[in-house]
Amino acid sequence: MKEQLNWQRIVMITPAIAFFIIFALGPMVMAGYFSFLDWNGVAVPKFTGFSNWINVFTDKFAGMSMLLTLKMMILTWVIQTPISLLLGVFLAGKQRYRSILGVFYFFPLLFSSAAIGITWSYILNPNFGLVNSLFHALGLSSLAKDWIGNPQLALYTIAVVIAWQFIPFHTLLYQAGTRQIPDAIYEAAEIDGATGIKKFFHITLPQLKYTITTSSLLMLTGSLTYFDLVYVMTGGGPGNATMILPMYMYKTAFMDQRMGYGSVLAIILAVIGILLSLVMLKITGFNKMESQMEGV
Amino acid sequence: MKKLTKAIPVCVMTALSLSAVLSGCGTTSTAAGGQNSNSKTVTIWDISTGKQQELVKKVASEFNSKHPGIHADVQFFQNDPYKQKLQIAMGAHNPPDIFYGWGGGILKSYVDANDVYDLTSALNSDPKWKNKFLPSVLKGVTFDGKIYGIPINNVQPVVFNYNKEIFKKYNVTPPKTWDELLKVVQELKSHGISPIALAGKNKWPDLMYEEYLVDRIGGPKAFNAVIQKKPNAWSDPAFIKANTMIQELVKMGAFETGFTSVNFDTGESDALVYTGKAAMQLMGGWDFANILSTDPAYIKNKNFGWFSFPTVQNGKGDPNDIAGNLSNFYSVASASKNIKEDVTYLKDAVLNDTAVKGYIDIGDVPPVKGIEPQLQQNQYGDWLSFIYKLVDKAPNFQMSWDQALPPEEAQALLTNLDQLFLNQITPQQFSDNMNKYIK
Repeated sequence: MKEQLNWQRIVMITPAIAFFIIFALGPMVMAGYFSFLDWNGVAVPKFTGFSNWINVFTDKFAGMSMLLTLKMMILTWVIQTPISLLLGVFLAGKQRYRSILGVFYFFPLLFSSAAIGITWSYILNPNFGLVNSLFHALGLSSLAKDWIGNPQLALYTIAVVIAWQFIPFHTLLYQAGTRQIPDAIYEAAEIDGATGIKKFFHITLPQLKYTITTSSLLMLTGSLTYFDLVYVMTGGGPGNATMILPMYMYKTAFMDQRMGYGSVLAIILAVIGILLSLVMLKITGFNKMESQMEGV
Repeated sequence: MKKLTKAIPVCVMTALSLSAVLSGCGTTSTAAGGQNSNSKTVTIWDISTGKQQELVKKVASEFNSKHPGIHADVQFFQNDPYKQKLQIAMGAHNPPDIFYGWGGGILKSYVDANDVYDLTSALNSDPKWKNKFLPSVLKGVTFDGKIYGIPINNVQPVVFNYNKEIFKKYNVTPPKTWDELLKVVQELKSHGISPIALAGKNKWPDLMYEEYLVDRIGGPKAFNAVIQKKPNAWSDPAFIKANTMIQELVKMGAFETGFTSVNFDTGESDALVYTGKAAMQLMGGWDFANILSTDPAYIKNKNFGWFSFPTVQNGKGDPNDIAGNLSNFYSVASASKNIKEDVTYLKDAVLNDTAVKGYIDIGDVPPVKGIEPQLQQNQYGDWLSFIYKLVDKAPNFQMSWDQALPPEEAQALLTNLDQLFLNQITPQQFSDNMNKYIK
């Protein structure tokens, strides 16, 4: 069916397009322009050509923050995917208690990142926090750690908090994906004598291929935007232990007041995000998505 | 017709979200005071909280009722977001008439961009007004002999405060020298008390140790060389020695476990001291008012003790030198359309008699000359007089380095200090890293 562009459609899409130009395209173009300036945000900007772009290659902190971002990306994927997949499949069952469980379980989805960051900072506080108090009360004092104040632990702790925040969302995706799998396939397998574990590996998992792709794509590109939680919980510290690329960009542009260099980092971040999406789509053939219902 | 009814909710939604974006969020504004149609509005951005905020509002509405031709509109913001908001407003050449600040490096960057009105001639034409303030405090807003701001609230030198009950229980007395401090730390540690509370997450509390030790060891000249951009100024022996002493202090476990994740803004480090988990804290004078509002009983029971930063043996610096924030300041934006009214507000409302009395009542010391009798009469007179005398007799009042330095160098300083406290870098590496920022 061919879509026609009549005046009603134009009226309807105008606000969306206007918003896109004002809030997405405009800032990107501006960032591109700023990246050639030496500017503190207040004084008269100085045009410096490519010097900001050349600096990126000699700035060891930029390299370090990219590595940390990569580490964060892998960590959060590894933690979230198995848990949300298993939970999603479990919650897709038909028993009533599972729906009730699911309702409680999806609570973290309702909170903003800032609220989550502040709450977890309190819970993880080394002196008054719930986690360490619990360990001390149970006589497991050796497990009480300085969760976000220890440079070796901070990134892992934040990855776990991020997982706590986003696993419910991905569980929802997997739950929906599992419910789409036709019962007929399972019935046929049962006739052939397949057990629960075999059914999971030979039917559920392959059938969830596209759900895994979608969820992974969201996780990986999402990991480029974990600014808020890091800002609230550690501010990039201790030392530089959690200075992931978005945090480093904010720090250079707004705290160090180097708008030009911050813009370079922002562009790099945007390009990585776009490339990541394109590569993922290419590898997984998402754009050729065929119906899973064919032949059923 | 059917299509049109569908379009209406969409348009309403768009309009709503647009108005939400445009109106902005998170500010409260004083609407008090009569505003008649031909009065000129003076917009003021401020970040005071709690009792200070109430006082600022009270002073503004008094001013408005006495000046029918001027309407002062004070808007309040949160500390950290405010710094960025002001920066962006300045960059967009759309600042408020009067803005709140700390003096030093950031104000200097606005002055260099010609965004701040020079108040020198206004102050000189009214000597009574100019001579009202403690001269050491005006230094923070004076560049090339011109004055770009006036003090608005309280002097904020950094001193140790301690839990008297804990000190008494373990029979230790406030240390006068660094060696005595180390002994007190040892003694308290042996009883399982964290000797010193440190809010390491914020990083600027680390800086207080650095500022004091460098001044006690080498005098003000070590840091002045940094400000004057002398090559390798950060390698001065005073920095190396101070940083070595800091790392010794960390290694002996002087600070509470997990100090790098303890947050001052949420009152965690204060809580360590008033709940008796830690014995003392090196903190700005503003901590008194903070604790007074979170745990008034601690102050009423006279558990709040204080002492100046200890002396260091063979140090060249004057032991009476202090460090901290001088005060906060109001500056006038040169883009303001009502400069005359702005100056009137600064002259008549800021730190007038009502304000001075108000600050003293909430435990703050305004940087105003001749208020000693008032301070002594107050129920917290001992503390207030101590702070006033400290500032009055200090040969050098060093403005916090992170305010005095340009932003990029200040941020690098805080990160490197964080790493020094974490033992990730040596004093030598600290100096090498920081020397790169002297350009």
